[in-house]
Amino acid sequence: MKLLIGSLQLGLLYGILALGIYISFRILSIPDLTTEGSFAFGLSVSAAITAAGHPVLAIFAAMAAGALAGSVTGLLQTRFGIHPILSGIITMSGLYSINLAVLGGSPNLSLVRAATLFKLFPFMSKNDAMTVLPIAAALLFLTLVILFFHTHVGMCIRAVGDNEDMVRASSINVNACKVLSFSVSNALVALSGALIAQYQGYADISSSTGILVVGLASVIIGEAMFGRRSVTIGFISAVAGSLIYRYIIALATRYSPLPAYMLKLVSAVIVALALAIPALRQNMKEARQKEGGKAHA
Amino acid sequence: MLDIQNAFKIFEKGTAIEHTALNHLNLHLDKGEFVTIIGSNGAGKSTLFNAICGTFLLNEGRILLDGQDITGQKEHRRALSIGRVFQDPMKGTAPNMTIEENLSLAYSRAYSRPLSFAPSRKQIALFRERIAEFGMNLEDRMKTKVGRLSGGQRQAVTLLMCTIVPPKLLLLDEHTAALDPATADKVMEITRRTVDQYHLTTLMITHNMASALAIGTRTVMMEAGAILFDISGEERSGTTVDDLLHLYADLRHQALDNDRMLLQSKA
Ligand SMILES: Nc1ncnc2c1ncn2[C@@H]1O[C@H](COP(=O)(O)OP(=O)(O)O)[C@@H](O)[C@H]1O
Ligand SMILES: [Mg+2]
Repeated sequence: MKLLIGSLQLGLLYGILALGIYISFRILSIPDLTTEGSFAFGLSVSAAITAAGHPVLAIFAAMAAGALAGSVTGLLQTRFGIHPILSGIITMSGLYSINLAVLGGSPNLSLVRAATLFKLFPFMSKNDAMTVLPIAAALLFLTLVILFFHTHVGMCIRAVGDNEDMVRASSINVNACKVLSFSVSNALVALSGALIAQYQGYADISSSTGILVVGLASVIIGEAMFGRRSVTIGFISAVAGSLIYRYIIALATRYSPLPAYMLKLVSAVIVALALAIPALRQNMKEARQKEGGKAHA
Repeated sequence: MLDIQNAFKIFEKGTAIEHTALNHLNLHLDKGEFVTIIGSNGAGKSTLFNAICGTFLLNEGRILLDGQDITGQKEHRRALSIGRVFQDPMKGTAPNMTIEENLSLAYSRAYSRPLSFAPSRKQIALFRERIAEFGMNLEDRMKTKVGRLSGGQRQAVTLLMCTIVPPKLLLLDEHTAALDPATADKVMEITRRTVDQYHLTTLMITHNMASALAIGTRTVMMEAGAILFDISGEERSGTTVDDLLHLYADLRHQALDNDRMLLQSKA
């Protein structure tokens, strides 16, 4: 039971990360390496401001920080023509220093004594808040992104991922669409980091290593369950995928003989396999056709 | 309406594959003119369209649209008043989005409230009405993803996207060449009706000489990045496909001879 509740809480908080990843990876079809940096950016901004006594402001500031990081990557790609992957790497590397600076030069910060969001509600115990807040936050942002991607701008962004030339030919500024979607995506990623910092009661910059793969795994697991249909289903399945991913991880840490530090390797293998499935299927099909050809000859 | 002055474009300048794609080309279109363009492969027809749309900037020359100098304007800005249909049915539409979403995107030219839901009910009603005029039964498939449509249906959707807000200039680049003959006729018929109905100033590239003469008000032949001849009015109505073919063959020979002479003089 405790295991289930724990993975529910984490799954929902990381589900917001998965929403952000879904935007870059599936809607724009550009894997965005800014993620690692902007998650840590959200984490450290949130921790620093919470430590200073403003846990709510911390959340908004973290989202703004993530949006800023995303727009830097977006501008590098569009305005300056740098390769998308490289743009993300550049922003991510730069953020490493900024994040350390935000935390006052140290890679981690404890919030044990600070008033986090989870201690803010007089009518709720901290334990209850740790379940209620993630549910509320995940539902709120899930609804918001689904609505956003059904507005006119949201539709333009979806079209940019589908046929960029057509969007340009329809008089829409493709570059602006891209910058905007990287901002939105990284604002969500940073929000996830911001909530995680307050939830855990400490911020550790190194916890963002490999976070992109975690998000991708969630998106892919979600798609394996729901299929790839519409954006609405896509966003819902990303959060669902995150829940399942957390549950698997919780089970693995509890029962598998592998030490906890092996988890990232396991996630990496899951993602690699899932992404390889279409190619593997194709290979198998071709092999079968060859055999069939031989049998007839 | 459209005024192209001394357009000059050279690709890969200074390399072994340097190529002059537009060679001091001049072209003027009056409002409401429907000009068909013919010319051999590589003559620079599509390049001319790219120049008009702003896919690249010219090395020399100016382009004016409705009196406004658009020579240096960004592609998406020009698209506000230019509609373009390509040969490839995949190019003009977003395959994973529905017909109504594609149309709504194109409709941003006239109407754009970024944070309102799209497409709105009012828009959908307009789109249905317009697409029904095509007589292809697409009005009942507004929620179908465009990727599921046939090539002809996709070209019809693209044509409507380009004209749902009547553009100042419509560019058609062999837009029926990838279709089977019956579908091509159908799409051409829709094109003709739409251009008529909205009095669109139109440039249409075609490799079909018969349609080049049958459709529109004026025919232009391009060769080596420039305009070889330009016929309209009585001169055009007296011209047959055979005349065109002869002219075309003569000009090609002439070009070949020129090349040969060039080679000999180099040797
Ligand atoms: N972006 C480009 N870079 C280099 N060469 C180009 C480019 N676009 C067109 N060309 C060249 O310009 C010439 C004219 O091409 P195009 O306008 O497509 O001919 P067509 O009349 O058949 O439409 C061709 O030789 C083509 O290879
Ligand atoms: Mg061409």
